[in-house]
Amino acid sequence: MTDQIIVTISREFGSGGHEIAVKLAEKLGISMYDRNMLEEIAKEKNIDSEEFHSWDEKKGNPLLTRRIGEHTNSWEHHVANMQFDYLRERAAAGESFVAVGRCAETVLKDNKNLVSVFVLGDSEEKKRRVMECYHLDEAAAMTKMKRHDRTRKQYHNQYSDFKWGTSRGYDLCINSSKTGVEQCADLIEFYVKQRVKQAVY
Amino acid sequence: MDAKMIAQIMAVVIFIAMFVLIVLDKIEREYVTLGCGILTLGLVFGACLQDVGAIWRTLNIQGIFTVDFWYQISETGESGTGVNWATIIFIAGMMVMVEGMARVGFFRWLCMKIAKIVHFKTIPIFITFMIMSSILAMFIDSITVILFLAAVTVELAQLLKFNPVPMILAEVFCANLGGSATMCGDPPNIIIGTSLNYSFLDFVSNTGLIAAVSLVVVVIYYYFVFRKELKTPTGKVTVTEKDLDPSKAITDKTGFIVSSVIFLCAVVLLVTHAQTHLTVAFIGVFIAVVTLAAAGKEAVGLLKKVDYKTLLFFVGLFIVVCGLEETGILELIADFIKNVSGGNGYVMVAIILWVSAIASAVVDNIPFAATMVPVIKDLSLGGPAGFLAVLAWGLSMGTDIGGSATPIGASANVVGISVAGKAGHKIGWGRYCKSAIPATLLVVLLSMIIIFIRYGKGGCL
Repeated sequence: MTDQIIVTISREFGSGGHEIAVKLAEKLGISMYDRNMLEEIAKEKNIDSEEFHSWDEKKGNPLLTRRIGEHTNSWEHHVANMQFDYLRERAAAGESFVAVGRCAETVLKDNKNLVSVFVLGDSEEKKRRVMECYHLDEAAAMTKMKRHDRTRKQYHNQYSDFKWGTSRGYDLCINSSKTGVEQCADLIEFYVKQRVKQAVY
Repeated sequence: MDAKMIAQIMAVVIFIAMFVLIVLDKIEREYVTLGCGILTLGLVFGACLQDVGAIWRTLNIQGIFTVDFWYQISETGESGTGVNWATIIFIAGMMVMVEGMARVGFFRWLCMKIAKIVHFKTIPIFITFMIMSSILAMFIDSITVILFLAAVTVELAQLLKFNPVPMILAEVFCANLGGSATMCGDPPNIIIGTSLNYSFLDFVSNTGLIAAVSLVVVVIYYYFVFRKELKTPTGKVTVTEKDLDPSKAITDKTGFIVSSVIFLCAVVLLVTHAQTHLTVAFIGVFIAVVTLAAAGKEAVGLLKKVDYKTLLFFVGLFIVVCGLEETGILELIADFIKNVSGGNGYVMVAIILWVSAIASAVVDNIPFAATMVPVIKDLSLGGPAGFLAVLAWGLSMGTDIGGSATPIGASANVVGISVAGKAGHKIGWGRYCKSAIPATLLVVLLSMIIIFIRYGKGGCL
């Protein structure tokens, strides 16, 4: 590892992965990229970012899409690739950042400064969190969790050579329900710093 | 249940499985057709029919070693069944030539040159690019045409501050339309032409005429549909004409001249092939050899860029279609169409045209055309002289134009949408179909009217 630190946070819906990423970025004093990337990309391309958001982290419908070599009519695929390119450019420029989702651990797998993390959570705790954050009842929260996790899984597995959430695909898998969001961020920070130290010595 | 019936069921199951797997796109399509082709050879011809002769007829390798395959002096009419090697060899040859042209910057230069001629004005660019798209697609595969045209459109849109999406949509439609005009314009036409022994001029004087009339209508249609959108600038233009120099697109001047000459040779050879008796297979090989010789050290690079996957896709596809043909399934389909139409030539042509168009809008038009060629051969039996040709023109227009209706109907559509998408311009199903479906219906209807009037009067129906 050099001075550059790249942490990718993949997460189950409701596990607090996004909040952990925000706290971690603050602790490390580096940028955090999630869907805010789309705003930047839209600005660069002089396009309304609304064209991107509904198709973010989604897999195209196979019955409505077709592939010809490297070309496809799937807008979801183009939105994904624009984000992949954005992350690659930032990484190649030597920037340190925390990236949330977007298959970042796969996109940046060749970067030697990468620390990939998967944040999971207990079902009950995730449900409680989703009910609280989105003001939903139990059934609606469960449905939302399942839907989002299914979508994330399909999206990830389309671009990655390992299955979403499989421990072997990440440097660190952590259950946020056991420690809470704040301590989870501390643990990841500790791990990242240990990796940096080991690389230096 | 006898062996033939089991073979028929097997052939249909393999064919449907192939279509479903192509649509699902989970496995590379060349693996799908080759896998299904091997199953056809092993299960349908081997295990069920136990007919080694059918396997040989299907592979059709012996045909390559005949003089007629390269230099056709005999008037044999329709060619036999089996893998259509002439189509595959011709497409391979054209792929090499097109790669050679792309390497030296030919297409980019042509697009920029035309834009410069019309002084980089949006509406004239829109109209000339539509016409250029059609003309180029008559000789070059529509994927390549759109790949370059759409890329230049996006580039010009950024500089000249207009929305590139309407222009790309119109270019895609016109590329598919141009492809229908000639024998080498679109894979279904190559399959129809080589299977039924029609010449380049046969296509130009029949589907070419329909395409030319349609192009006029389509240019007017797209102008009225998109004129407001194109006239609305997306920002302030900061470049001048002097900043956009077409000659900058040329990467190798000598190579550019050589490529242009080779392209002209290919056009001349194709236009005159009925007179010279040189087959499209010969032209394909000749053009490829000359391109490779001219490329010198770059020849290996050009060969590596050839889309072998598509060529393998064709091989598997032809084998699977042969499974249907040899087991008599396609004959059953032809009989069904005959019954539905009550033997009326007009109804038969209308069925072929509209069913081809609708099917090609949702599934790949190449397998569809390959399947329908033996069907129209059966349908034409007992019909008036020239009826097979009319069915062929109907099939050609249906498969080529029908593919324009949806984003997934033809390869050029996918490539056009992809080029726009990479630049951040979304073209979804709604956006695409809103202009493409009426245009498709218009052209298919126009094709039907022209076919009915022209060939009905001629007593071919």
